[in-house]
Amino acid sequence: MARIIVITSGKGGVGKTTTSAALAMGLAQRGHRTAVIDFDVGLRNLDLIMGCERRVVYDFVNVINGEASLNQALIRDKRCDSLYILPASQTRDKEALTKEGVGKVLEELSQGFDFIVCDSPAGIEHGATMAMYYADDAVVVTNPEVSSVRDSDRMLGILSSKSRRAETNAEPIREFLLLSRYDPARVANGEMLSVEDVQEILSLDLLGVIPESRAVLNASNAGVPVILDGESDAGKAYGDAVARYLGEQVPHRFLTVQKKGFFSRLFGG
Amino acid sequence: MSLLDYFRSSRSKGTASVAKERLQILVAHDRSERHRPSYLPKLQREILDVIRKYVEVDMSAVSVNYEQEASREILELNIILPDTARNRA
Ligand SMILES: Nc1ncnc2c1ncn2[C@@H]1O[C@H](COP(=O)(O)OP(=O)(O)OP(=O)(O)O)[C@@H](O)[C@H]1O
Ligand SMILES: [Mg+2]
Repeated sequence: MARIIVITSGKGGVGKTTTSAALAMGLAQRGHRTAVIDFDVGLRNLDLIMGCERRVVYDFVNVINGEASLNQALIRDKRCDSLYILPASQTRDKEALTKEGVGKVLEELSQGFDFIVCDSPAGIEHGATMAMYYADDAVVVTNPEVSSVRDSDRMLGILSSKSRRAETNAEPIREFLLLSRYDPARVANGEMLSVEDVQEILSLDLLGVIPESRAVLNASNAGVPVILDGESDAGKAYGDAVARYLGEQVPHRFLTVQKKGFFSRLFGG
Repeated sequence: MSLLDYFRSSRSKGTASVAKERLQILVAHDRSERHRPSYLPKLQREILDVIRKYVEVDMSAVSVNYEQEASREILELNIILPDTARNRA
């Protein structure tokens, strides 16, 4: 049986897809059979971030409608054997994801995988509720900014009332906070909410703090999940988050301003 | 306080603390709305109907308040009866 993880936020553009790609790759690299699903119907871009956009033949909705089998639609990652991607459909029909259809696909995937990572679309509408409905765990991606924190809190309300676990009175979804686009220099200046501030408001287990990083754009330009850029701050921070998700105790890094070394100061690195 | 001091103090406080205060209020409000049982309006109407069997009161006579604290939930009913002296008369 696979564990189903939803990457969610409420607010758009906070880093869900970046996080889905990184966590899925991180789990797979550790040998866990992992599938990552794009729930953003009509606006698919997980395939771009994963660098497999030219290999998309069938998609999630094709599988739900019985137009393709799961095996036909799943794309195996070229860098990591245990990672598969299920792309979103480009259809305009947002209702194409039905609760029964999604449930059937997840059920079938559960047989062969250890983890299923669901990349949620923004908002609290149909697509987002479908992505979280069957979740066992939720990673709430939040930026240190008022509207993002507020939306995360609203998402927590939905997770605890409208999910399968809530409706069947099962053990509640495990919820984690992933604070992204964190800028320690601005926090030090009092211009940005600190990780402690956000924790105090949301009181969630902190899965990780991902710094605002140039590596993220570079990675998405190249279609390489940023976690594979092991030299970068964001790559390392995502690596730590994967370790924490798997139960390891890892201290948080990149929470304070990095002192620049002599050479990087000299060359403005 | 010199102008320089003013800038220093406003920087050390920063806008993040304003953001945090606003969020704390907003999130507390969102949560209390979320946890309010959905039966409250109906409860209020039915209580009003019962009271009206005995006393002549208007809509605003019954107020229902719901609060959630750490270890308990409080359902507060407030019924304002009309002036008793006049009622007896
Ligand atoms: N840690 C980071 N540092 C810098 N840029 C980032 C970081 N995380 C994400 N970004 C950038 O923010 C933008 C949005 O990221 P992403 O697509 O992952 O968000 P999303 O939550 O999936 O958006 P949507 O709600 O539209 O699906 C992208 O341009 C990405 O490169
Ligand atoms: Mg996205």
